Amino acid sequence: MSELAVRAEIADMRGRGALPRENGELVFAAPWEGRVFAMAIGVVRSLGLSWEEFRRRLIAEIATDPARPYYESWLAALERLAIERGAVSPESLEELRSPGGDGTPGGDPG
Amino acid sequence: MSESDHHHPTPPSPVEARAAALEALLAEKGLVSGEFIEAIVGAYVNDIGPMNGAKVVARAWVDGNYRQRLLADGTAAIAELEFGGPEGEHMVVVENTSEVHNVIVCTLCSCYPWPVLGLPPDWYKSPPYRARMVREPRKLLAEMGVDVPQSVRIQVWDSSAEIRYLVLPQRPQGSEGMSEERLAGLVTRDAMIGVARP
Repeated sequence: MSELAVRAEIADMRGRGALPRENGELVFAAPWEGRVFAMAIGVVRSLGLSWEEFRRRLIAEIATDPARPYYESWLAALERLAIERGAVSPESLEELRSPGGDGTPGGDPG
Repeated sequence: MSESDHHHPTPPSPVEARAAALEALLAEKGLVSGEFIEAIVGAYVNDIGPMNGAKVVARAWVDGNYRQRLLADGTAAIAELEFGGPEGEHMVVVENTSEVHNVIVCTLCSCYPWPVLGLPPDWYKSPPYRARMVREPRKLLAEMGVDVPQSVRIQVWDSSAEIRYLVLPQRPQGSEGMSEERLAGLVTRDAMIGVARP
């Protein structure tokens, strides 16, 4: 159960990385935002990393494009972490996310 | 006849497609399951905010016996609603009336009743709030949008590692006949700290 408990180092991040909140509660504008939020926690846990590894990338992504919606930066940071840690390959990610869905050849072949 | 009457679901937006692609790959590798995702979202959405405290307040507004139990033994009455745990082991609930307005602070650090209010807002932990709420509460409350009439006494409660306070705000006028659930929706975090009114 404790792996599901709220962790202050995540919930209480400061500065630019701070989670969007309203009246103290988390704000997810769409379901995918909640899902990528949880995915980051899951990846960090499964790979035995520290939260700082993710947070650092999140801050970098926000700095790259400050106008981008918060959870889009979150997703970009998570993709980067997953790729850099060898959890997923950029090719498989590109293939799956391309329009047309499964099997349809998507982006550049090389 | 309607053009919208067809069966195609709305195609996912590019960002949704990216999120779904990543989720599919992580699931395939056994790194993150759908169950885990849903459990985490539920835990953070439910446990991070003041929703639990709002339910406690709404119950006290509709149930006089519960209100009495809450004021007599906060921890036990809050546990009746199955809230409690670390940072909320010893809860004292203080009631706003026409004679007294309560407000909570932690002058030493940032003690705060997590199980009912979630995580503290940044300003709660700021040195100016902690110092000024003790020195000039009426002025600070006015700046925060709560004008407390001179006829009403202000009682400042200093939280500590041992005792965590929760303000039971006055039930707003015009809320007669509202369901407990709707009432809970009126109760904000700030009202339960004492720096706002519901």
